[in-house]
Amino acid sequence: MNSEIALFLIQDGLTNGAIYALLALALVLVFAVTRVIFIPQGEFVAYGALTLASLQLGKLPGTAWLLLTAGVAVAAVELVQALRIGAVRRVPAIVLHYVLVPSAIVVLAWWVAPQKPALTFQVLLALLLVVPLGPMVYRLAYQPLANASVLVLLIISVAVHFAMTGLGLVFFGAEGSRTPAFSDAHWKLGVLTISGQSLWVLGVSLSLIVALLLFFEHTIYGKALRATAVNRVGARLVGISPAMAGKLSFTLAALIGALSGVLVAPITTIYYDSGFLVGLKGFVGAIVGGLVSYPIAAAGALLVGLLEAYASFWASAYKEVIVFTMIVPVLVWRSFTTHHIEEEEE
Amino acid sequence: MSALLQVRGLSVAYGKIEAVHQVGLSVEEGRIVTVIGPNGAGKTTLLAALMGVLPSRGNISYAGGDLAHVEAEKRVGLGLCLVPERRELFAAMTVEDNLVLGAFHRYRKRDKSINADFEQVYQLFPRLKERYRQLAGTLSGGERQMLALGRALMSRPRLLMLDEPSLGLAPLVVRDIFRVIAGLRETGVSILLVEQNARAALQVSDYGYVLETGEIAVEGPSAELASDPRVIESYLGLASGGAG
Ligand SMILES: Nc1ncnc2c1ncn2[C@@H]1O[C@H](COP(=O)(O)OP(=O)(O)O)[C@@H](O)[C@H]1O
Ligand SMILES: [Mg+2]
Repeated sequence: MNSEIALFLIQDGLTNGAIYALLALALVLVFAVTRVIFIPQGEFVAYGALTLASLQLGKLPGTAWLLLTAGVAVAAVELVQALRIGAVRRVPAIVLHYVLVPSAIVVLAWWVAPQKPALTFQVLLALLLVVPLGPMVYRLAYQPLANASVLVLLIISVAVHFAMTGLGLVFFGAEGSRTPAFSDAHWKLGVLTISGQSLWVLGVSLSLIVALLLFFEHTIYGKALRATAVNRVGARLVGISPAMAGKLSFTLAALIGALSGVLVAPITTIYYDSGFLVGLKGFVGAIVGGLVSYPIAAAGALLVGLLEAYASFWASAYKEVIVFTMIVPVLVWRSFTTHHIEEEEE
Repeated sequence: MSALLQVRGLSVAYGKIEAVHQVGLSVEEGRIVTVIGPNGAGKTTLLAALMGVLPSRGNISYAGGDLAHVEAEKRVGLGLCLVPERRELFAAMTVEDNLVLGAFHRYRKRDKSINADFEQVYQLFPRLKERYRQLAGTLSGGERQMLALGRALMSRPRLLMLDEPSLGLAPLVVRDIFRVIAGLRETGVSILLVEQNARAALQVSDYGYVLETGEIAVEGPSAELASDPRVIESYLGLASGGAG
């Protein structure tokens, strides 16, 4: 291997690693706030990529129907609950949030999609279609059992993962999609060729990480999420509802997932079920950080990306095996260095 | 008479075991009311149920409305606020962030007077101002209690419920805390104070209840309770506070 190839692999690894890092951060966030191990994270990646691909073909993405259905389901659940305690005042807000707003998004997509707008607009539209599914999934699948044990929540996650993969097949079909690169530019830097696409991925990932940092440090909602992660009872006592925190963290996770999908779509062909593997690599990164440390999770995810790049060069058939085997020494190391974290008492 | 808080026939159970049984009490606007009683009497349980953190049976009416279907988080918005026995601070966050979060529901309503309240809390507890960048988890016991009180005040409570604010604190700090509690009367806050330190609690309060094994045993104006032989024997004797 010469230095040119080595540098190329580093670029490749960092590009993928940045996406895994985003996913790892989302996993840590969701776990810290809700104790949910968010396996369906990968499905949001696939949904984001496939929604963008549909929009680029000038078609109304299948996500539109999914969004409407999920919205109506959430509205039904919320209405039953509100009417049971006689809170009729809440009805207009519920209908607005879960029926009218999703409908408006779908109408917008239906109207705009055939006109094939600029890429930025397509990306925004894809995010508008996919991200609201995050809090809806939380409301439907997790909120009713929000106080259950981590294990029960994990089982729900597995179920949601399979359900969302199945729905992906129904709404997007079995064919894979690959979107055109954001940029065809290339720069020569000595022996290394830097692709515009890599810069896009790194730039967007880095911006998103900085934005998240600012959100958590300087906004009241960011602080509320941290507070919920630190002390659930304390958070309730100052008026932070666990349901609100759950929905907000799932919104962020869905945003990160969908945006990762948009970024990864020009790099690899994405099928309805490709998200899982991408998400799992983010998960390995998150495990390196013990599902609690954001910086270590991000570093772990970058390492996964680099390892994957080199593995696919040396032994491409064993690429996934090598990447996922990494989790074994990590777990052994963690089991020696960390104390057992006890499940929260209820 | 329309009290700010009116509780009737309140029962709270852990599984099958009832820890609070048919309790009735009321807190008038602007008053300090205390609930004293031995360890395990159900004082903490009672406050948790009033806050909505524990499910209960019976009737809790607050500011003229029924709280039955109001979640704990929403009660904060109505001006109900609990400083729990375990403080429940955000240990991994700064003192300042803890105070900011105390005002969470007011940020949601875009309340403009939050900054002024910061100054007021810092004036009340200068120690907190000195340490505003320090993590709450690294504070001393007394400072933690100050922060818990400060965080509660940031929510602009109408009814402040304090669960053993003197627990585990040095006598000097206890005196400070009780001085602050007495001072809050001027700001118009109503206070429901749970204490094992019966002497201090009866001194600062207007009315008192004695809770024993989940039931109200005696009640009356604090001055009368302080001279009630039963209360003196059990709670104000030489073994003051530690009885039970
Ligand atoms: N989480 C719990 N589960 C079961 N029983 C409890 C729990 N918390 C308190 N108890 C019981 O309820 C009773 C009242 O406790 P508590 O309200 O803490 O009393 P106090 O605050 O007056 O010391 C005690 O008998 C205690 O053992
Ligand atoms: Mg207690």
